[in-house]
Amino acid sequence: MTHLASEPTRATGEDARSSAHPLLRTEGLTKDYPGIRALSEMNFELRSGEVHILFGENGAGKSTLISMLAGANHPTSGKILFDGEEVHLGSVHEARDLGISAVFQEFSLIPQMTVAENMFLGAEPTQAGFLRSKEQKRKAEEILKSLDFHLKPGRRVDHLTRAEQQMVEIAKAFRTDPSVLILDEPTASLTNHETEQLFKLVNKLKQRGVGIIYITHRMAEIREIGDRITILRDGRYIDTVDAKTTSEDRLVELMTGRVVGQIFPAVAYSPGETILEVEDLHTPGAGGLNGASAVVRRGEIVGFAGLVGSGKSKFAQACFGSFPIESGHIRFKGQTVLSPKTREMLKRGFMYLPSDRRSDGLMMMRPARENISLASLMNSPLSNGLFLNIKAENRVTSDLADRLNLSPRRIERLAGQFSGGNQQKLMLARSLTREFDLIVFDEPTVGVDVGTRAAIYEFIAELCENGAAILLISSDLPEILHLTNRAYVLYKGEVQAEFAGDDITEANVLAHFFEREEV
Amino acid sequence: MTVSSDNSAASPMNWADLPKRLFVRLGILPFLLVIAVVVFTFMSDNFLTGRNLLNVLRQSVFLTIVSMGQMLALLTGGFDLSVGTTLAVTSVVGAMTMAAAYAAMPDAVWLAILIGCFAGIAAGTLIGVCNGVGVAFFGVSPFMMSLGMTSVGFGIALFLTGGTPVYGMPQTFGDIFGFGSFLGIHTPIYVAVILAILLFIYLYRTPFGRFIYAVGGNTKAAALSGINTRATLLWTYIMCAGMASVAGMLLTARLDTGEANIGASMPLESIAACVIAGVSLRGGVGRLENVILGALFIGLVQNGMNLARIESYLQTVVLGGLLILAVIADQIRLRYVASLKD
Repeated sequence: MTHLASEPTRATGEDARSSAHPLLRTEGLTKDYPGIRALSEMNFELRSGEVHILFGENGAGKSTLISMLAGANHPTSGKILFDGEEVHLGSVHEARDLGISAVFQEFSLIPQMTVAENMFLGAEPTQAGFLRSKEQKRKAEEILKSLDFHLKPGRRVDHLTRAEQQMVEIAKAFRTDPSVLILDEPTASLTNHETEQLFKLVNKLKQRGVGIIYITHRMAEIREIGDRITILRDGRYIDTVDAKTTSEDRLVELMTGRVVGQIFPAVAYSPGETILEVEDLHTPGAGGLNGASAVVRRGEIVGFAGLVGSGKSKFAQACFGSFPIESGHIRFKGQTVLSPKTREMLKRGFMYLPSDRRSDGLMMMRPARENISLASLMNSPLSNGLFLNIKAENRVTSDLADRLNLSPRRIERLAGQFSGGNQQKLMLARSLTREFDLIVFDEPTVGVDVGTRAAIYEFIAELCENGAAILLISSDLPEILHLTNRAYVLYKGEVQAEFAGDDITEANVLAHFFEREEV
Repeated sequence: MTVSSDNSAASPMNWADLPKRLFVRLGILPFLLVIAVVVFTFMSDNFLTGRNLLNVLRQSVFLTIVSMGQMLALLTGGFDLSVGTTLAVTSVVGAMTMAAAYAAMPDAVWLAILIGCFAGIAAGTLIGVCNGVGVAFFGVSPFMMSLGMTSVGFGIALFLTGGTPVYGMPQTFGDIFGFGSFLGIHTPIYVAVILAILLFIYLYRTPFGRFIYAVGGNTKAAALSGINTRATLLWTYIMCAGMASVAGMLLTARLDTGEANIGASMPLESIAACVIAGVSLRGGVGRLENVILGALFIGLVQNGMNLARIESYLQTVVLGGLLILAVIADQIRLRYVASLKD
């Protein structure tokens, strides 16, 4: 690996490992966002030559922590110590120059540029102010080769697959020779083969004394490459444990702060008539649905599990009329729906609550009241179809705020000023503004604290017991395992498996996450 | 003990926050209004008189009507640069039709006025239909769409008139809609008040008004809640142009001629009026009452500068500066919204 451009400041692996102080340490690191403390008094340490897993729910503060370590974000208070010395990371470039490189979940690639151009973005090799394209291409080739990535540096990034783009993102981190590498769910879009490749690379780096911070939700990965695990919950440090010896149940317990099962209500299972019946659904475009079929009945909670891009959200969106359909049969309450339209499906009694509340769900600059009533403005009692009934709107939304325990309970407050959990409540409340027969919850607990989670689960269970059909789309495995009566596992736009009752186990569900891999 | 010390610690904090809170709640307009009134009162003795303030009202009525329409476009997250052209097209088409109708049947004055007004407003509104179709159905950015229509409309207005004013409208039209008054208040003011009341009801008492806010607040959320976002956008641009057309007809009555050159300053002034009044350029935020105040404020500043004998070229400098100041204030306000947790 000597052909990689090496930073003279970096301590060699042996030295760093034998030295007393850890490679990277934080003391009381805190980050405040308006209305929310994203990270509180975090003490974290990374030794050289270890893979340190960050483990926690969505919104637990992992991303906040790594974004500060990578220089993309600045702490409100607290210290970051690198090689025993306090450092101020003003930007990603500063951090990178020190030897801290990060690969974030969201790509920071410019699609119209080539692989090599992206890798050297902001650090282009120049001579007398002019770009040295050949030099850049040569260096890029060297880095890609050393990582064993089969990519051509001259290809445009938008012509690459998602996995290949992920590889470019990783290669970017190796432009300088990092002593700390941060990987944020790097395998989320990689195939098995590519994942193995990545693990080999990680092991190689470990030997060289690089400290690796690794975020993942997958137990198998934790076992395979992890050395230590630090658990975060609600922006707080919980514990650091050994990766090889700590049991899964213990980890989940640390992560959620409760014994497994405690936050999930027991749901009486009494399935009634079929509400939604879908056969052989296809959607256009790459990565679309490829012949998915499913049935949802009244009085049951049906889970949709699968990886990002497995089509689990698209399935519901297509049935709801917010995503185009190529072919397939959809029957809703016994009536065939040829081409669903959102407005019409709402009228029929189908409600879809999107996963991304910021971009698809809420009007952040409008009051809570308007956000709750949004989907029922043409319906009694909120209006007679021509004029709004402001009093009724106030009453209905206030009642719902009470029922969902909105905090603070002020319906005129702007949606954007509420915390994540309470924003979620605003959206959930929408499903109660009129009677719905089918309610689809798409990732209802993303970025929601544990307390609110329990409230949301209870809310879903209650809706179900009152006779609604519930479709729960979730990437959060415990949710699928403990809340659903039946579960489908989707993979690449197809239903891989269906489980009911006690068959919904982690092993069963996970086994179908990756099946039929094309290597 | 602890309770009282808590209170005393909390209250000075709140007092220090008060201007900030007022700014967040009301925007920059009240502050500017106070400054303007104080400055112009010192600069001219005639400024703060009932007669002059009524003058301000009369002079800014056209801008007020156009701004109310502009606000709708801004609420959806777009804007309409073609409001000035809409005024011109309305004026030219309305005047030509009215003159022709009057010439054909000199006895039916009211019929001629009616036909003229209808033709003018229809022609102006047609520009809004084009804007709306482009923005809602073809996804053209409001900037490009309305900029294009500005050129199209202006070209048509010049082509129809050859650049000369259109004469021949019945005297009654100007007498009533331009210079007429009832109880000491001019006709255009009544028209503006009626439009404002109707628009208020539409925006705040019907679901359709809420749809406009929803489309600007979050288009995707609106669509997922069953709101027809395209129809809402189309209708918004039609209403915006409709308002501008009414202003165009009133201005035609005031000038007694159809002119292709009127309204050039309307796009800037109407957007400035809205932004000063706290309408967000990102859509979804803004109140009708404030926009009316914003338009009156711009009229007030123009009037004050006239009385203070500030040259008209410099006046446009001030106006542009105010617009930019308002946008900056909007940005700062957004930051404050984030920092004030309640």
